[in-house]
Amino acid sequence: MSTRRIVGPFNRVEGDLEITLDIADGRIEAAYVNSPLYRGFEQILQGKLPADAVVLVPRICGICSVAQSAATALALADAAGVEPPNNGRLAANLTLATENLADHLTHFYLFFMPDFARADYAGRPWHAAIAERFRATTGSAPNQVLPARARFMQMMGLLAGKWPHTLAVQPGGSTRPLQSSEIFRLHRNLREFREFLETVTFGAKLEEVATLASRAQLEAWRGQAGGGDLRAFLAIADDLDLWRLGRATDRFMSYGCYNEGNRRLFPSGLWHGAAATLDIAGIHEDITHAWYAAAGLPQHPATGSTLPVAEKEGAYSWCKAPRLAGQVVEAGALARQVVAGHPLARDMIDGYGASVAARVVARLLELALVLPAMERWLTELAPGEPWCVTAALADETSGVGLIEAARGSLGHWLTVRRGRIHNYQIIAPTTWNFSPRDSAGQPGALEQALSGLPASASEPLPAAIHHVVRSFDPCMVCTVH
Amino acid sequence: MNILWLQSGGCGGCTLSWLGGEHGSLFRELADEGIQLLWHPSVSEAGVDEARDLIAQCADGHTAVDVLCIEGSLLRGPRGTGGFHRFGGGAQSMIEWVRRIASRARHVVAVGSCSSWGGITAAGVNPTDACGLQYDGEASGGLLGPEFRDHSGLPVINVAGCPPHPDWITETLAALAHGRLRAEHLDDYGRPRFFADQLVHHGCPRNEYYEFKASAQKHSDQGCLMEQFGCKGTQAHADCNQRLWNGEGSCLRGGYACIRCTDPGFEEPGHPFETTPKVAGIPLGLPSDMPKAWFIALAALSKSATPARVRENATADHLLRAPSVKRGRK
Repeated sequence: MSTRRIVGPFNRVEGDLEITLDIADGRIEAAYVNSPLYRGFEQILQGKLPADAVVLVPRICGICSVAQSAATALALADAAGVEPPNNGRLAANLTLATENLADHLTHFYLFFMPDFARADYAGRPWHAAIAERFRATTGSAPNQVLPARARFMQMMGLLAGKWPHTLAVQPGGSTRPLQSSEIFRLHRNLREFREFLETVTFGAKLEEVATLASRAQLEAWRGQAGGGDLRAFLAIADDLDLWRLGRATDRFMSYGCYNEGNRRLFPSGLWHGAAATLDIAGIHEDITHAWYAAAGLPQHPATGSTLPVAEKEGAYSWCKAPRLAGQVVEAGALARQVVAGHPLARDMIDGYGASVAARVVARLLELALVLPAMERWLTELAPGEPWCVTAALADETSGVGLIEAARGSLGHWLTVRRGRIHNYQIIAPTTWNFSPRDSAGQPGALEQALSGLPASASEPLPAAIHHVVRSFDPCMVCTVH
Repeated sequence: MNILWLQSGGCGGCTLSWLGGEHGSLFRELADEGIQLLWHPSVSEAGVDEARDLIAQCADGHTAVDVLCIEGSLLRGPRGTGGFHRFGGGAQSMIEWVRRIASRARHVVAVGSCSSWGGITAAGVNPTDACGLQYDGEASGGLLGPEFRDHSGLPVINVAGCPPHPDWITETLAALAHGRLRAEHLDDYGRPRFFADQLVHHGCPRNEYYEFKASAQKHSDQGCLMEQFGCKGTQAHADCNQRLWNGEGSCLRGGYACIRCTDPGFEEPGHPFETTPKVAGIPLGLPSDMPKAWFIALAALSKSATPARVRENATADHLLRAPSVKRGRK
């Protein structure tokens, strides 16, 4: 006999999250992940002029705002058949990278680590030091990180005018031409952020972290002097065995991101024990357990629909259930690095699969991987060369925009009829990770990751559940939109 | 002074903007001003059951709330049930929680244009019947009704913006903490006048282009964005070009038009956001307080007087001609 327990609101996730747990014999027998907020962006966009999407769509999300801008710009550029000039491409990379890295930092310091300061861990030898460092709002870390993050985000002031919600990211490139002295200032921001990461987060050079190639090397590196918050986390991860907590499907996807002309810094692909091609024609959204009017079979997003219904038998979330060739997949920094073939990422999932620890380490690894690329992109900017081309859209057209937000794969599918948006469908990273069940009864990635964890019907929720939920860096406002 | 912060039909971007405040750590700044966060969904430690218990105590009056901050639109749909946003962990809709706590809180602050007027969530067909706390677009009303006053006699304080500047939020809260925010400090729409009495136009770096109506023709051009790109800077109430964003940014500095995001109804401008509506070649939206005939006359005159330098630079993405250097004292 199982007992049902409804848990919410989960905080320190972006947006609203509730989880229903069926608990039997002290363990989670089944988890049902619910996104309890619906706003209806896909309905709002219908009938709008395509160009207005650059204003409306980023406002889906305050934390993935630029990622949403980038996906819109790509979908519109695809529909118009234009490509931004070199400067526009580099500016788009820099803007997206600034958001993605800031999000990784925010997740680690403000959303994820404060759970280890909780009284649950008062008995652990590391607790006193960790609580002093990471306690929500009063710890030394959040108070040290906010000013460093704000300094880093000054890059957004120069690249995009402001953050969140810029209009600088356009299908034809960037509205913000940069002159040499401004590029110098951006270099200064990056230098300061590098120094922060190397002294505070890693206690090591970024290049040293970026070249760690296995868990054994990571463990050996942890034993070295240098301090830093990653080493503190690794000690906790070993103590609590976070390497064996939170496994989901071990099927990883990435749309790829950071256009480098003839390649992307991180390629697109699929990984399930071995590399495979990502066929986006195989994506379908299933609404069996979501509050939407049934359209029969699961739909490809290019022809998908969004018709909310107040009540529906068997439905428990506003989140649709995207599937790739019928399978549940995981998106995020870990997935991105596994697909990209980073040896540490691949080694971290070898054995116990995806885990809380692997997801967190992959995010910090990306800080070390992407910042040097940003330094390079800055040197490639060419003031005086064009930044933006005009993108004229046909009255009947369609386009797709695929990008990687900090927390994973974000896709936009746009159809234009008679000069207006006929359909605009969005699948966000957390739509993949926190989806409800599908028509075959397959639970979503988080639902799988929670299954089997210890829990009781009446005791306070075990901290492990918080770790698993937040290890995905969920963005619930994007999830349903 | 304590704050209870709740989010509903928005994107969370007001909080993210706020966390980007540039005066040291925001948490320390709040503490220095004597402000405690009772609970904030993005940064507080307490989650699930603890958070629910706390919020229930706020709603039934067992915990006093000095300031209720609401971020995001209030979703009345479907059919008045509020079911598009049920607060996690229970059966009640968020609008029900907001009504209950707002009736007890000492002050109520709408953070951002969604909770002020409805905002972007109310755009298009407004699928969720979204509105603001005390406004539904330009109409007084919203979730709490036109007559709502807090326990000190203030209406809902609308820190509008999509998102608001971090300092608008912090300075409003600090003013409340120090008892320095009174009815006369709010404008006709309940916005704190310290930022709403300014125009985005004030301090715009494109002012010389504006003076001569030397206009940008494509994205990334340096010219004025009013004539072609729908810029509302001369009408929009905010100090964005005096109090800069993320270091040295603003919409205009980022190369794109002001969309008047601090005003009710900005989400439905009645024209493409980045295209200026015109009648017989004359832009429809005139600068604030400017008589139309004078605007047309001055625009025609200044256009014909445009220096070649300004005209050429307006349609380029970098300076083609620098201001000439005069030698001697005059």
